[in-house]
Amino acid sequence: MTSLPQSTNKRLGLVIDLDTCVGCHACATNCKEWNTGGHMAPLTDQNPYGKDPDGVWFNRVHSFEVDRGDGPGVTINFPRSCMHCDNAACVTVCPTGASYKRAEDGIVLVNTDKCIGCKLCSWACPYGAREFDEDEGVMKKCTLCIDRIYNETLDIEDRQPACVLTCPVGARHYGDFNDPNSNVSKLVAERAGRPLMPELGYNPTNRYLPPRARRVDAENIGAQSRLDPVSPRKGFLSWVDNALSR
Amino acid sequence: MHPAFSVIFFTTSSGAGYGLLALMGLFGAAGQLPQDRWFGLTGLFIALGLVSAGLLASMLHLGRPERAWRAMSQWRSSWLAREGVLALATYVPAGIFAIGWVFLENTSGLFALMGVLSTVMALLTVIATSMIYRSLKTIHQWNNCWTLPGYVTLSLMTGALLLSALLMVFGEQVRAVHGLVPVAIVVAWIVKYVYWRFIDTTQSLATPNSAIGVDGASVKPLDPPHSTENYLLKEMGFQVARKHATKLRLISIATLFVLPLVLSLIAYMGVGGMIALIAAVLAVMLAGLGILAERWLFFAEARHAVNLYYGAESV
Ligand code: SF4
Ligand code: SF4
Ligand code: SF4
Repeated sequence: MTSLPQSTNKRLGLVIDLDTCVGCHACATNCKEWNTGGHMAPLTDQNPYGKDPDGVWFNRVHSFEVDRGDGPGVTINFPRSCMHCDNAACVTVCPTGASYKRAEDGIVLVNTDKCIGCKLCSWACPYGAREFDEDEGVMKKCTLCIDRIYNETLDIEDRQPACVLTCPVGARHYGDFNDPNSNVSKLVAERAGRPLMPELGYNPTNRYLPPRARRVDAENIGAQSRLDPVSPRKGFLSWVDNALSR
Repeated sequence: MHPAFSVIFFTTSSGAGYGLLALMGLFGAAGQLPQDRWFGLTGLFIALGLVSAGLLASMLHLGRPERAWRAMSQWRSSWLAREGVLALATYVPAGIFAIGWVFLENTSGLFALMGVLSTVMALLTVIATSMIYRSLKTIHQWNNCWTLPGYVTLSLMTGALLLSALLMVFGEQVRAVHGLVPVAIVVAWIVKYVYWRFIDTTQSLATPNSAIGVDGASVKPLDPPHSTENYLLKEMGFQVARKHATKLRLISIATLFVLPLVLSLIAYMGVGGMIALIAAVLAVMLAGLGILAERWLFFAEARHAVNLYYGAESV
């Protein structure tokens, strides 16, 4: 059914820390690696070794220069994947019932056996989280690694999304947002985690921790704030310097 | 949004077909149209032909056309499914109405009822089509109160142009229909004008800041997430240059509204004569061109929110 559940028992999702993400694309790469053999497999590619490679990815890492007016601009690396929204319009627009949101944990999935590839769900997603598989003619998306987080053949510490496990700086966190004591709920509370594009009313589950305010870099120890270039006073170099500065 | 030909053809062709069907159902039931079976056959054949061609084109747009039958199951939540259900259901009253007209030369009684029902169903189908677009919060240029009236008035306008020309080809005069054409053109023009003003002067509430969750700062893309165009950019990243859009709007205003309006007035005044016939047929052809330009723009000028991640300053 493409009607949304009234509420879900758990609200599983991710917290992404924009302060620490270094933009290495490891999460995107490991996502592709795991999921091309996972629940939504395969994540096909077109022309992978040619001039214009293209293919299905569930996670894309952008990078922005953000000028906050308090010094030089900051670089913000920004991973973008499905937010497993409460008001997932991608689900309600689906005419076939291929898209659905699970009542038990809020994960939004596509049943690729039912999908007709009308692409409407991708139009309905503000975050660009759904990508069309040209080879199979169906829509694909992040599964929150449903085949890892419930996978009893994995060690308990490995039952987390591939992107979270692989992040070298620990910028990604996974947990239940319905549980106020979960790591993700605490992080959101401490660091004022934000939903993206709240104006559109999707109420995404994932939260982003904004970069912290710039710090004063060092204590004032009376050192000169800038150094003047040394200019030769006499001789040939002085003549050259004068000639060139004229 | 990428203006895919299949979707442009689908919405314009089925729009005109449903417009024609709606008017034939209404005027036929009212006994205003000739009872002649050949007129009924030709008119309903064109109407249902345009509708069916459009529906087939829309199926070609699918990644898995062989599963299209599944697209009707989720009518509780999906406007696309509702459109599918309504489109199929419309064939029932339209079919019975056609049987009465073509085989029995009868458009009264039960058949009149079926005619009115065809009108209602045809209009509901067009409304469902428009709601597919109107309900997408991701696209400000569609998610507004002018999208639905735009689709309905253009459907009725193109249907009226077709019906008027067809009557003249059959040498018939139905003042009410010929007179309806210029009125429908003016109404559709006003709606489209207001729509264009609306999208020119307003934008989505979403901003590059809200898209990445960082306040009060200018956001510029630095490194793209991928080196070549991906699905998102191909499907949602399409942008039409301002000057091209302006030119196309002029073309569409001229061929969809101005010229057909003049021609339909000529046709109305000279009804019965050769000049009127030529004017009415010419108006149909010009409007056919104009509606393609109009629908192309409807997609090309739509700016999806995901573009905020790819350098758009507003959407
Ligand atoms: S992020 Fe997009 S695809 Fe994911 S649940 Fe929200 S609307 Fe659907
Ligand atoms: S592309 Fe598939 S999953 Fe998406 S709306 Fe269409 S049928 Fe549903
Ligand atoms: S949760 Fe899994 S599927 Fe989703 S972005 Fe992370 S690795 Fe990819």
